[in-house]
Amino acid sequence: MDNRQKEINNLKDYKYGFSTDIENIQAPKGLNEDVIKFISNIKKEPAWMLEFRLKAFERFKVLKEPDWQKPKFPKIDYQDLYYYSAPKSMKDKPKSLDELDPKLLETYKKLGIPLQEQARLNGIAVDAVFDSVSVATTFKDELTKQGIIFCPISEAIQNHPELVKKYLGSVIPTSDHFFATLNSAVFTDGSFVYIPEGVRCPMELSTYFRINASNTGQFERTLIIADKGSYVSYLEGCTAPMRDENQLHAANVELVALDDAEIKYSTVQNWYPGDQDGKGGIYNFVTKRGLCKGKNSKISWTQVETGSAITWKYPSCILKGDNSVGEFYSIAITNNHQKADTGTKMIHLGKNTKSKIISKGISAGSSDMTYRGLVDISSKAKNSTNYTQCDSLLMGNKCGAHTVPYIKNKNSESNIAHEATTSKISEEQLHYCQQRGLNPEEAVGLIVNGFCKEVLQQLPMEFAVEAQKLVGISLEGSVG
Amino acid sequence: MIEQLQKDFYNSIKNLSLSQKDIELKKFCLDNFIDKGFPNKKEEDWKFSDLNQIIKNNIGELSFYNDQASTNKVDTSIFVDGLEHNKIVFINGRIEKIDFEYEKKDQIEIIDQSETINEFENSNSLSDLNNAFTNKCFKILVKKGYQLAKPLIIYHTTNSKIWSKNINLRLNFELDKDSSLRLIDFFNDASEKNFLNIFYNFELKENAVLKNYKVDKFENKNIKYSFNNIDQDKNSISETFILSSGSNFSKNEINCNLNGVYASAFVNGVFSLNNDKHHEIRSIINHLTENTKSYQLIKSVLEQSSKAVYQGKIFVNSDAQKTDGYQLSKAILLNKESEFNAKPELEIYADDVKCSHGSASGSLNEDSIFYLMSRGLSYQQSRELLINGFLLDVVEKITDSEIKNLIKNMLGIKE
Repeated sequence: MDNRQKEINNLKDYKYGFSTDIENIQAPKGLNEDVIKFISNIKKEPAWMLEFRLKAFERFKVLKEPDWQKPKFPKIDYQDLYYYSAPKSMKDKPKSLDELDPKLLETYKKLGIPLQEQARLNGIAVDAVFDSVSVATTFKDELTKQGIIFCPISEAIQNHPELVKKYLGSVIPTSDHFFATLNSAVFTDGSFVYIPEGVRCPMELSTYFRINASNTGQFERTLIIADKGSYVSYLEGCTAPMRDENQLHAANVELVALDDAEIKYSTVQNWYPGDQDGKGGIYNFVTKRGLCKGKNSKISWTQVETGSAITWKYPSCILKGDNSVGEFYSIAITNNHQKADTGTKMIHLGKNTKSKIISKGISAGSSDMTYRGLVDISSKAKNSTNYTQCDSLLMGNKCGAHTVPYIKNKNSESNIAHEATTSKISEEQLHYCQQRGLNPEEAVGLIVNGFCKEVLQQLPMEFAVEAQKLVGISLEGSVG
Repeated sequence: MIEQLQKDFYNSIKNLSLSQKDIELKKFCLDNFIDKGFPNKKEEDWKFSDLNQIIKNNIGELSFYNDQASTNKVDTSIFVDGLEHNKIVFINGRIEKIDFEYEKKDQIEIIDQSETINEFENSNSLSDLNNAFTNKCFKILVKKGYQLAKPLIIYHTTNSKIWSKNINLRLNFELDKDSSLRLIDFFNDASEKNFLNIFYNFELKENAVLKNYKVDKFENKNIKYSFNNIDQDKNSISETFILSSGSNFSKNEINCNLNGVYASAFVNGVFSLNNDKHHEIRSIINHLTENTKSYQLIKSVLEQSSKAVYQGKIFVNSDAQKTDGYQLSKAILLNKESEFNAKPELEIYADDVKCSHGSASGSLNEDSIFYLMSRGLSYQQSRELLINGFLLDVVEKITDSEIKNLIKNMLGIKE
């Protein structure tokens, strides 16, 4: 057996499926004003933050759960969830990594996330979020020297209230849709990034999300602000233990790019997808939205979606500043009984705005995949262009692949081009590879990686390697 | 509106000799319609065209009762010149004439199906409205192996006698094995501000060929909705061409079920719009068995503040291996007020398929205009040449040469 085969066998089962036995503090079960006050209180939040949450909750009460999506799921009982769960050892925040609960360190070590700075390989600053709290942020000193703020959002609320107050909810308001509003009311932790004017962030910033406790919803909130002329590349990774019940993950991510700033946001999402019969798994209902507020700003989303029982998200760009650019690169892979309804929205408001969408969907087993996207060029967005390409690959006749683009052009000086194809791996390609000594599974892996290349190229190096492996693993057992 | 509906409904059925059961059925459809009302933008399929609002803004209150007792004189001047053809003439929704003068009488059967109601998949409340108010419905059966010598033109005419009325009409066609029919729907309106609601049902048996051309060319202020349901058996071919231009608002829906192997469907359309017209084509092609094919090409030229919408869906069932589906929509926006919306959709459950769609919209290419002007054409001439060339692409897809020429003349396209 060659090395690759061994590696695959190792990884065949969801290798992040373990859970950490750790004492937790939880909010009382259910969703009501008291729970929100509990969260706000335990985080020692100022009054305006609690107000923000309660306002969102008021709005949430009148909203209805949307039902237009393709993957249907049993009704979620929002009163049967824990909205806050944190390791007990985190109650009095440890000052340094040495004080951190060894069990937590162990967990992150198992996940391959270097929290101890000396163990670093590649110089990525990490913010690790465990259930509802951020447990550690690395490389803080080095970043602070440049004036970069990279910390848990709960800390930012206390230490940088002027920034949080100004930008929190400016892209995803509290009056947004059902899940976003729920998040605004009960969000627990997440990352906060501020890059000052003219600074190019010297390293990749990264957040690692881990759901551990059962029956817990994870509601994290990320806010990234790139001030004038700055640049940041941000990575996000996620895992969860294997459990029979479905767990809800409803995060909000807000990006704000001011004049000439650029934000690159990459996600490798590998939540527990459920077992082969579709039992368990994470419901990944995430709202991600970027605002190109200033002139010449740029926001680029890259996502590799391989996990979750249901993925339902549309990372979007609002191109408000003139000459701003929005990009969306996506690989979504579904296998077994996984379902995905994902895509993007590009809202062109400013002049000379450009957007590009490359989406690659692969479905295998009994899974179902939908690309849903919106390109909207308003009448003021003169001389704007959009290019969209969405390709789907089907493996087997039990799966489905769908494309639902909405294209609106209200401007005679703008151009939109959209292309989509659906096909299977051609027999000729397979034959060609096998003839040269690859076994069918390797051949498929090679072809699929080629199919995804355009997107994989957009990922930072370290992530690209991991993502490439993930692509192979996710399709394990779908050939033949 | 509900009171008006009920009043008009009882007035309508009074004049008809219907059995109690038929009345019940119609009543049931009416109640369904009252329940749902006109489609509005809350419904996914009407997202881009809110019919409820459009009727309100353009017509106001509609009345639904049509006096079918008196006959209208058929004005022969509206007949198409230079093309021998069979005729069906509707005036204000009433069938005034059915004439198959060029055909063998025993090969075509006209069956009264007024008492049946139609139920379609992928339909909406307008089908209930149609079922409740149509009073005459015929089925035209083309018998086995018979191919009509001349095309059939259905004239949809309205005269100035009607105002703010809803007109419902319905026709069923059955093309038996190896038969063929060329059908032109020709709209000619002298009336204003009426809402036409047309349902066709086609049943194509093995090897049958249907060519349907819908021509809405003459300027008018009416609102039109037309639904074609096409069921296709083995080896059958359907070709639909839509010239969408004249009415204030128009929506054409095609629902095509490819039930038999090697069946193929073609949908081609041209939007040529000006002023504040708002037109839509929505097509649903259901590939239900293996080795079926569909091809769609839609082109739009939009002037002033006109708006065109194309919603096309290719559905591929898990049994429908070896499907070939293609869809392309292109639009030229000539004015900054004009708008083009598209929703090209693929829903695929089989893996061995070849499906793709493309959509592009933008302005006229200035480089091409420069090229032509540098060769001595005026700006206007260059523009016309480019637009004609753009549209000719679709017209050339018409497989019947006689009708192709007719439509070219109507569009003023010269080769």
